Amino acid sequence: MAFVSSGYNPDKPMEDRITDIGPRKYDEFYPPVIKKNKGKWLYHEILEPGVLVHVSETGDEVYTVRAGGCRLMSVEHIREICEIADKHCDGHVRFTTRNNIEFMVDSKDKVEPLKQDLLSRKQEGGCYKFPIGGTGAGVTNIVHTQGWIHCHTPATDASGPVKATMDVLFDDFTDMRLPAQLRVSLACCLNMCGAVHCSDIAILGYHRKVPMLDHEYLDKMCEIPLAIAACPTAAIKPAKVELEDGTKVKSVALNVPRCMFCGNCYTMCPAMPIVDDVGDCIVIMAGGKVSNRISAPKFSKVVVAYFPNEVPRWDQTTACVKKMVDVYAKEARKYERLGEWAERIGWERFFEKCELEFTHHLIDDFRDPAYFTWRQTTQFKF
Amino acid sequence: MAKHKTPLLDQLETGPWPSFVSDIKRQAEFRKANQDKIDYQIPVDVCEDLLGVLELSFVHRRTHWKHGGIVGVFGYGGGVIGRYCDQPEMFPGVAHFHTLRVNQPGGKFYTTEYLRQLCDLWDFRGSGITNMHGSTGDIIFLGTQTDQLEEIFYELTHTLNQDLGGSGSNLRTPSDCIGQARCEWSCYDTQALCYDLTQEYQDELHRPAFPYKFKFKFDGCPNCCVASIARADISFVGTWKDDIRIDQEAVAAYVGGEFPPNGGAHAGRDWGPFDIRKEVIDLCPTECMRYEDGKLEINTPECTRCMHCINVMPRALRVGDDRGCSLLVGAKAPILDGAQMSTLLVPFIKVEEPYDEIKEVIENIWDWWMEEGKNRERLGELMKRQGMQKLLEVTGIKADARHVQEPRTNPYIFWKEEEVEGGFDRDINEFRKYHQR
Repeated sequence: MAFVSSGYNPDKPMEDRITDIGPRKYDEFYPPVIKKNKGKWLYHEILEPGVLVHVSETGDEVYTVRAGGCRLMSVEHIREICEIADKHCDGHVRFTTRNNIEFMVDSKDKVEPLKQDLLSRKQEGGCYKFPIGGTGAGVTNIVHTQGWIHCHTPATDASGPVKATMDVLFDDFTDMRLPAQLRVSLACCLNMCGAVHCSDIAILGYHRKVPMLDHEYLDKMCEIPLAIAACPTAAIKPAKVELEDGTKVKSVALNVPRCMFCGNCYTMCPAMPIVDDVGDCIVIMAGGKVSNRISAPKFSKVVVAYFPNEVPRWDQTTACVKKMVDVYAKEARKYERLGEWAERIGWERFFEKCELEFTHHLIDDFRDPAYFTWRQTTQFKF
Repeated sequence: MAKHKTPLLDQLETGPWPSFVSDIKRQAEFRKANQDKIDYQIPVDVCEDLLGVLELSFVHRRTHWKHGGIVGVFGYGGGVIGRYCDQPEMFPGVAHFHTLRVNQPGGKFYTTEYLRQLCDLWDFRGSGITNMHGSTGDIIFLGTQTDQLEEIFYELTHTLNQDLGGSGSNLRTPSDCIGQARCEWSCYDTQALCYDLTQEYQDELHRPAFPYKFKFKFDGCPNCCVASIARADISFVGTWKDDIRIDQEAVAAYVGGEFPPNGGAHAGRDWGPFDIRKEVIDLCPTECMRYEDGKLEINTPECTRCMHCINVMPRALRVGDDRGCSLLVGAKAPILDGAQMSTLLVPFIKVEEPYDEIKEVIENIWDWWMEEGKNRERLGELMKRQGMQKLLEVTGIKADARHVQEPRTNPYIFWKEEEVEGGFDRDINEFRKYHQR
């Protein structure tokens, strides 16, 4: 392995430097049928799960085949996507916000060969490389974060539980039997890179043990005032600590009952590690949405405070998600999102129907808005 | 023979959904075989060590990545996330494993020619593992070493005409929905606006000068497919002011069962024949619709454009002609002070080049937030701390009943001196002439 220069000269970093050019312009990459019909689309229809047609006022049609993808993707896999797009789609392809891959063709007769090609490709263990689905009143791909593959603060993995959950929900990815679309999201800690807090079902990693204090190194590795300022509940204060050898060092002290386990201190100060094999867990949230359709966008609510990180397949987590989806499918009215259904029947009924235990952890006690979530009426169900 | 045994990860190689484990193994094999005799610039076994460290995390149920150090490219303060493994002796291939955020094209459309160029670069100078795409929207190059960062940036800018995205306390890479490119509901050209603002604010995107992150997201209609209302500091949500366009013949075709409701989205179950009264009229949140004698009527002034009727009958109903967007501001995930949804600031604004009106709102907000925002305080938190009134004041926008869900229930109005006749300066002695102590 010999170092190969790109042409960059480290002695003169500003020589020929190009900066602030931004992304490539979107219309360079439009397929011809998109370029021609942009802004002229009349309507669309989902012909079968994963296959859409959009019809333009020019009479043109574009057929889209949507395939699920892991957002964690190798370049060899991307090259395979390119091979398919070259073969069927004249070298064009796009990705969706929810990590799906969309192959577009300009006539109906090109759909079937494309579908056959996609479904024929499998990985060595038998997994589909390009499962078709993710449209309409079904489950689409899970948006998620990095987890143990790349992040320094996760309370769970991301790609692992996503794979396990999508295996369990696979039939609803390839079908459209639900009352409305159902969006599942995963964030591996409450920083929530991504909008899991407004998902029909959210899987969230959460820490349950207070950070450890690496007193000997704390002042050397961190700016103590930043660590203190990082705490949203003011649970961290400066402290002088005597080490075992008698040395006195500057460090911090923790007001333990105040800790909400957000891990924000660790983000600012690496000498306060918070991750723990037993402490870290999964929280399940439900009933959120981002669309303004019928009812306003909603936050997801915590419905399970704790499932352990059960590697490699997060069995209790996936079983709970599957149960909620199945009960929702059976009970909700057409067009009703999971959260709208839960509000209509009442959350007490939701817990009963989904066979979830309601514990004190699920009652909000975080700051003023908590009060407004307690029941202040005699209207409730037995 | 794999470098590390991965019995736990191997259990994620079965089942129908694509396996990321199989995919990384494939890349590991590809690098090892190296049929094209590529002079890999980071260790050949990087993917094997990545699987190794991930397996160790599955065993320990804890991450093995350390904090990012300060790494980046010269002159930028974002776009690169430093990452180091906490077991570098066991997994030297991923000892340094930095990420680059590459600013994605609008609508995430690609040509295979361009995707292959990205792949070749990342194979040669990185791990060959990506995210397509990261949560913010960027193309993520996952894992390379420090000495490759400038080289990759040089090749991106010189050969691929491509820049990095944002990270840290700056404008994060803006992202958009598919918009008018392939959606009949989009009320403005999301890709054009996203691109224009991205180019306009390159400095804010690359050089952190903000209190914390700042996100723009562009949704073409109130269906909000990129979740702008839940996660953007400024959510640009397409809307319209005039009548929903109605094709009565197509309405009849839905009623007669010729067209599947909701674009065929419910085809997986027998929901019985389409009932326009039950499925559309009765579900309209404002009760502004009527269907009588085979004619659909919408009382436009009462409509709140929730999209339900349009979603159900896309061939019969279309968004109006007087289109633009609503600006909502201040959404964020729970860290630190709880999750916040975006709040309506500008009910309607035209989306027309050069977008000066929109830029004025953005820059007024930034001036305020950069002056008053605390370290790591998102716009939504500043709004909570200083109040909606302050936001209206700094943006020069007049208060409107549309700004609230409901008026306040407490009368604790913070009257300003200039709002009260005669001001606050009073003479106590004059007062005492009439009111004994």
